[in-house]
Amino acid sequence: MTETGPAIEVHDLHKRYGDYEAVRGIDIAVQRGEVFGLLGPNGAGKTTTVEILEGYRARTSGEVSVLGYDPAARSIDLRRRIGIVLQSGGIYSHITPREALRHWASFYPHPRDVEEVLALAGLQEKADVRSRKLSGGQLRRLDFALALVGDPELIFLDEPTTGFDPEARRAAWETVRSLRALGKTILLTTHYLEEAQALADRVAIVKDGRILAIGPPRELGVGETGRMGGLRYKVAYRDAHGELIERETSDPTTLLHELTGEALARGQRLEDLSVGRPTLEDVYLELTAASSAEGDADAPAGPREGEPRREASRA
Amino acid sequence: MRPPAPARASRAGRPAVPDALALTWRQYRLERRMFWRNPSAAFFNFVLPLLFLAGAGAALSGNQHQLNRLVPMIAGMSVMSTTFTALAYNIVFLRERGVLKRIRGTPLPTISYFGGVAANAVTNTALQIAIVVLAGRAFFGIGWPRHWEALIVFVLVGVVCFAALGVAFAHLIPNFESTAAYVNAVFLPVVAISFYVFDSSSAPGFVRTIAEALPLKPLIDGLSGAMVAGAGLGSHLDALAVIALWGVFGLYFAVRGFSWEGRR
Repeated sequence: MTETGPAIEVHDLHKRYGDYEAVRGIDIAVQRGEVFGLLGPNGAGKTTTVEILEGYRARTSGEVSVLGYDPAARSIDLRRRIGIVLQSGGIYSHITPREALRHWASFYPHPRDVEEVLALAGLQEKADVRSRKLSGGQLRRLDFALALVGDPELIFLDEPTTGFDPEARRAAWETVRSLRALGKTILLTTHYLEEAQALADRVAIVKDGRILAIGPPRELGVGETGRMGGLRYKVAYRDAHGELIERETSDPTTLLHELTGEALARGQRLEDLSVGRPTLEDVYLELTAASSAEGDADAPAGPREGEPRREASRA
Repeated sequence: MRPPAPARASRAGRPAVPDALALTWRQYRLERRMFWRNPSAAFFNFVLPLLFLAGAGAALSGNQHQLNRLVPMIAGMSVMSTTFTALAYNIVFLRERGVLKRIRGTPLPTISYFGGVAANAVTNTALQIAIVVLAGRAFFGIGWPRHWEALIVFVLVGVVCFAALGVAFAHLIPNFESTAAYVNAVFLPVVAISFYVFDSSSAPGFVRTIAEALPLKPLIDGLSGAMVAGAGLGSHLDALAVIALWGVFGLYFAVRGFSWEGRR
């Protein structure tokens, strides 16, 4: 069971701090070898959820299983099999990355080779520099290295690239992809949509302690919440007055036929025409806006199908 | 909830899991290395009490009666600074920087972590006491301690007591910036009242009562007996009891309120 079931199973998880309920009934199951993203604005409950899974916090109620263990029991056997990149974890100022990695490696029964991990994190040149002299980006790479040196099966990445420049972010993404290629399971939290889209096999959109939608990033636009039948498409174009119009439809063929017909009848070109799938960002904004508008209502509603959405004209 | 699975214990050829004792030793080695690389820690632990000893010793030069009192006072203060002060600083720093939280997420056993940290403090105290004893013998006409066993017992009980109090006290310090203020608000008055009462026979009764109830004055009494007066353990059992009581109090709160992460 332990070796074959999902890596993480969470059922009806709740976490209350006094009067404030940070997590209000979350259900997820992360399969082995999967990169699973928790996406949401700050304060959505992502970190609280992850820290319950990591064994840092006790849950108020619900069932949680991580590699078959209850993380609240803080078993050393479980901690030997997981790696944690905290949102803000410090390191001793007066030791070097190589020394830190050697020390951390000694905690684990089957550690990875320290030199290999230094190379993976791109820290060879800084391997013998005291950590207080490392830059923020280098320290973040050391966070990755320390989480990986024990060769964990399951890796938690809490906002791993916050504050990174685009180049460093790409490098971190490559590291995550290489871990995935090794068959590792990864639970990632982020508030960057493109990060979730680039890395995650499946994404759960979290807001106010609840999951608003869950699914592969490419399919999240698909009326996952059950309010629409087929695939959703987003069609953008300029109308007769040069105004940029965006419409969503499940039947792009008919819509395009209408639009091109009207344009031909007017003798105009259809400028800036594009047909695409809604991005994760569209879904995200729609879901989070809907959930704010409706307060505690459980079923978020998006804009109606075919309803035009006007945006500021660029003309 | 599922019962803890046997996991991979049955996997063939698995090397022995790093055991807690070996990891304690590794943590201790790391703590020693970091201590020597941190000049301010080394300074406050060693140089400051020695400067104090040298300065006061020079001023009291020739007055053997005063020197006999000075050396155990400095020894007692050294125990407090290498444990209470050093640990309060360290714990708050590591907690606020997120190092403790990171360690908490690894398989390093809690006992190994604190074992290494405590052994590091004991080493610093032992080095400091050795320096004070040598200085007493070489420069201040004290000679070798009369009762080694009493010296060792008092230093050990003092270390446990003040180390536990330092860890417990760290819980009260809200952030690293205010550590110096908090620590000195305790350290300086305790040292002042303990030195004053130890040194003066004319201290007002209530001041004496307060000093006797705090752990430092009894520690200085015990160290004085062992190092100078030739009074063994038996003649300072009450002092030992006071220190031990503070130790129990400190240990209780050190464990009970321990926080692995800073308040955000």
